[in-house]
Amino acid sequence: MNFLSSLTTPQGVATIAFIMVVGATIAGALIAVLARNIFHNVLGLALSLMGVGGLFLYLNSPFVALMEILIYVGAICIAICFAIMLSEPLYLSKPPRNPLKIQGAVLGAGAVFAFLALLVKQTKWTPAPERSADWSIETLGHYLLKNYVLIFELVSLLLLVAMLGAIVLARGGRGSS
Amino acid sequence: MNFMVQTLGTAGATMVVGLIGVMALVAVNALFLIWMERKVSAHMQLRPGPMEVGWHGAIQTIADAIKLMGKELITPEEVDRPIFWLAPIVIFLPVLLSFLVIPFSASWIIRDMNVGIVLILAFSTLAVLSILMAGWSSNNKYAVLGAIRSVAQNVAYEIPLLITVMSIILMVGSFKLTDIVAAQERLWFVLLQPVAFILYIICATAETNRAPFDIPEAESELVAGFHTEYSGMRFALFFLAEYTNMFICSAIAAVLFLGGWHGPILPGVVWFLIKVYFVIFLMMWFRWTFPRTRFDQLITFAWKILIPLAFANLLITALVLKLR
Repeated sequence: MNFLSSLTTPQGVATIAFIMVVGATIAGALIAVLARNIFHNVLGLALSLMGVGGLFLYLNSPFVALMEILIYVGAICIAICFAIMLSEPLYLSKPPRNPLKIQGAVLGAGAVFAFLALLVKQTKWTPAPERSADWSIETLGHYLLKNYVLIFELVSLLLLVAMLGAIVLARGGRGSS
Repeated sequence: MNFMVQTLGTAGATMVVGLIGVMALVAVNALFLIWMERKVSAHMQLRPGPMEVGWHGAIQTIADAIKLMGKELITPEEVDRPIFWLAPIVIFLPVLLSFLVIPFSASWIIRDMNVGIVLILAFSTLAVLSILMAGWSSNNKYAVLGAIRSVAQNVAYEIPLLITVMSIILMVGSFKLTDIVAAQERLWFVLLQPVAFILYIICATAETNRAPFDIPEAESELVAGFHTEYSGMRFALFFLAEYTNMFICSAIAAVLFLGGWHGPILPGVVWFLIKVYFVIFLMMWFRWTFPRTRFDQLITFAWKILIPLAFANLLITALVLKLR
């Protein structure tokens, strides 16, 4: 009974919300990796990214959370769906999983995971209330267009190059066929 | 953490009351809009429309709703079951969430977030995903074609929509919907930004998949597009989402361009609803006036005309604001 009544306090509801968000992130990630139907993979990815958006909301950054949904779920996942529509139809039998590829993927993902885990462990985290900096939309805008403008522009350049590359590849494909 | 606790503590009651109010509004609005659409289309074609059930057929849609609820939910053999089941639910979530930040009057708002407009725009992208889910899982060529068309169209029209909204945000300097309305106390933005208003209306019509941009569900080519295989209440949910979406798009138009709750004599809520239903009437007027566009025309129009126009509008807005 005590446990139940603690769940209805604001603190308890916040904890439940946190567990739900983390659960959605992990479950979505698992679907994105393990499902054999490529369309289910994309939906899993979308669920996982929604969960990440929820984590940002939990950290009191609603703007970043909504941008996560707008860009990753709204743009990236839809772009992936476009790619799926151009790929081979789903009713064809799927080739079996290649063990060599699985090992490679595990190695690559494991390396990234180990690096990030090390980073998380090494960093000295200060609790959110003790950090004085405000993360309002104005502050974020100032950072993007003042302190980090070079990085911001370089990232856009990268996207532009990727886009041009995609156009070149698509053009070549159509011409040769 | 503290943020969450605070939010839940102070606004919990508002949320519950607001949720009940929104549910009632969604249902009544859909029933009213379907009747309105029938009447508007009928009178534009010089016929009376529904007349039998109630005064001028006013409760015809209630009878239809009861019929739909009584129908069997058919799940075809070859569908992708979990996704087929999930799609009508997913299409309804973002629609419901948007009501969180819509200001019906200065005080009638569930939660006045400082990211209001971004919230609506971010969650409206989920609708595309659910249309895709419905079309893909149905395992039907018409449904898939409808879904593909819908995605291409929504992606194309979302870009000018966002840029157009940005030019208004630039003028106000805030994402908060109440701030945007408050800034129009003397002069509505439709007079300052006529091009942006026209662009917004075009994009909103396309985003809600309505004629002349209704190629995702073009009846004469695709049966019913992405919801061909749905029946009963599942089909009704798609319908409900579509009409509620119309309400939200029109509400944003009222907030961004038509001064929200501002107006003489009548209370704010009444003015707001008058403006919303005026914009909805405009959209219905379009549907029964313009023929359906061809698909390539539609996409070309978005990428080659609307997006450059929206960018030019944004640039001019920024220049005027800077040089003033």
